[in-house]
Amino acid sequence: MATPLDLRIVDLSKSFGKVSVLKGLSLEVPDGQFITLLGPSGCGKTTLLRLVAGFDMPDSGSITLGSTDLLALPAQRRPVNTVFQSYALFPHLRVLDNVAFGLRSRRVPAADVARRCRETMDILRIADLAQRYPHELSGGQRQRVALARALVNEPEVLLLDEPLSALDAKLRKEVEVELKRIQRRYDITFILVTHDQDEAIAVSDRILIMHGGSIIQDGTPEQVYERPVNQFVAEFMGVGNRFPVTSDGSDTVQGPFGPLRLEAPPPWRQGTLAVRLEDIEVRDQQPAVNGFQAVIEERLFRGDYWELRARVGQAPPLVIMVNPDQIYHEGQTVWIELPPSNIIPLAD
Amino acid sequence: MARPIVIDGDLTTRPRLFIRGLMLIGWGLLWMAVFLYAPLVGLGALSAATRGEYGGVEWTLTTANLWRLAGYDELGFSYNNLLILWRSVWLAAVTTGICLALAFPMAFWIANHRPRVRHLLLALVMVPSCVNLVIRTYAWQQLLGGQMPPAWLASQLGLIPPGGALYPSGFAVYLGMVSCMLPFTVLPLYTSIERLDWNLVEAARDLYGGRLRVFRHAIVSQCMPGLIAATILTFIPSLGMFVVPDLLGGAKFMLVGNLIQLQFGSMSDWPFGAAAGVFLIVASLLALVGLRAVSERTEGR
Repeated sequence: MATPLDLRIVDLSKSFGKVSVLKGLSLEVPDGQFITLLGPSGCGKTTLLRLVAGFDMPDSGSITLGSTDLLALPAQRRPVNTVFQSYALFPHLRVLDNVAFGLRSRRVPAADVARRCRETMDILRIADLAQRYPHELSGGQRQRVALARALVNEPEVLLLDEPLSALDAKLRKEVEVELKRIQRRYDITFILVTHDQDEAIAVSDRILIMHGGSIIQDGTPEQVYERPVNQFVAEFMGVGNRFPVTSDGSDTVQGPFGPLRLEAPPPWRQGTLAVRLEDIEVRDQQPAVNGFQAVIEERLFRGDYWELRARVGQAPPLVIMVNPDQIYHEGQTVWIELPPSNIIPLAD
Repeated sequence: MARPIVIDGDLTTRPRLFIRGLMLIGWGLLWMAVFLYAPLVGLGALSAATRGEYGGVEWTLTTANLWRLAGYDELGFSYNNLLILWRSVWLAAVTTGICLALAFPMAFWIANHRPRVRHLLLALVMVPSCVNLVIRTYAWQQLLGGQMPPAWLASQLGLIPPGGALYPSGFAVYLGMVSCMLPFTVLPLYTSIERLDWNLVEAARDLYGGRLRVFRHAIVSQCMPGLIAATILTFIPSLGMFVVPDLLGGAKFMLVGNLIQLQFGSMSDWPFGAAAGVFLIVASLLALVGLRAVSERTEGR
């Protein structure tokens, strides 16, 4: 590859009838990055993918790859391939012919087709399925065939539309690892669309959280996980505890449990704080800062952790995650600590 | 007492199940036996009989009728009968081809409308079939006659001599055949196209497919069941059709349908007519077997 082929999306808008699905979305993806568009259904993530693939035209805006204007090319001429949610394998073609489809469309010589198909199928470990028909494959195998069928063309950008949603939880974990490995190996840009935050965190270099046709947060998985910007992201990323507080401009705010110290003054007078389940500590003695006395109301054994519901005074209960060897009983009074560095002020 | 079994959640016994099944399909089987299989056996037997001197049937078994159909009689070999058979197959094949070529875009066009409009358009496709075939065919005779606008237009374009008519002609025969058979081609194709998985079309485009490749692998492959049903429903009735070619072709082209009608009618040669009928049935069955083989090979499941 001579020059890096960065994908640049500028001010992209798309409406279907009266429904505006994308509202002036801009995005730059450096060559070789694994990004994930994460959001609930209807947030515009699949539409964005379809615009890049060429299955729909935007109302306005531009999509360029390096110096190529993608919008000037029809889908069959874009150096972009798609892994469909339903896999969309050709049911009347054997696995090998499915994988070879793109190369044969471009009239690649038969010997090269055979070699490249063999290589790709080896990497995806489907070589022994070559003569099967799609309906003779399991979900996981179909998924690999769909990946192979796209990757064999050596696209500049690979688009994945919820490719793991049809797999069961165990298989999904395996494929996540595999996806990451394949992306490193091919060193091309991957754009994954999903509504599953665990999947997004596991595989991506960068996560874009979408809501209502715009990007709300753009960051590494760590940033998005540790520092959700607003209530929507916090809820979507599973930050379990959120509570309203008031601020007087100092680094101490008034919350439902009493005064609470933060690392820095929040940017508002009235707002919401978020704390992850695993970021609240349970202590036997009163901690130095942000310690509160709480009663354990409920406990739930989740296998690798205990989930506790602890109430401070009359405030709504906090959900806390503790190690399986930390045994607390319902009705027990304990000290809980909210370390200032773990408290996330949300923007709204 | 027979051992109780459970079928579809119903507690019963094998003998009771058998009796119930017989009550359900027995009447249909009886009907088929009396009105379909028995006549078919009769037809087969008749085709091996001999024509009596005054047109009756004599039960002297012979293969002469089949040989005559193949062109060998007392006077030696003549290809006339084979030509008739071949012409019938050809007419049916061309009619089916034209119908498929017209039905594909029509079915797509209908499927692209809102559901309510779709039903209206489908009804419009079907409505002509409500009129008796003979009446429709006579209507074509009138429309294609010498004084009518289509003939005038054709003569202006230099396709026929000035003042000529479009009927009787081969063109009129195909026009009549296609207009008669088209609904039976459109309907099965439409049901396939309506259920088309457009993801496959997008996948074919995504994989650099040109128009032909997209059509073949993403559309035709999915429409195969409809395509085969349409071919069967068009080809087989076309094979035995004789009213339309007779009335619009000016009785100039003999087809297997006319041949049979003639033997049972004015020629009073039932055994030979039966032999021609057997040919028609065998040809239809062969077409079915061939199409079935195609569907098994292409569908994959």
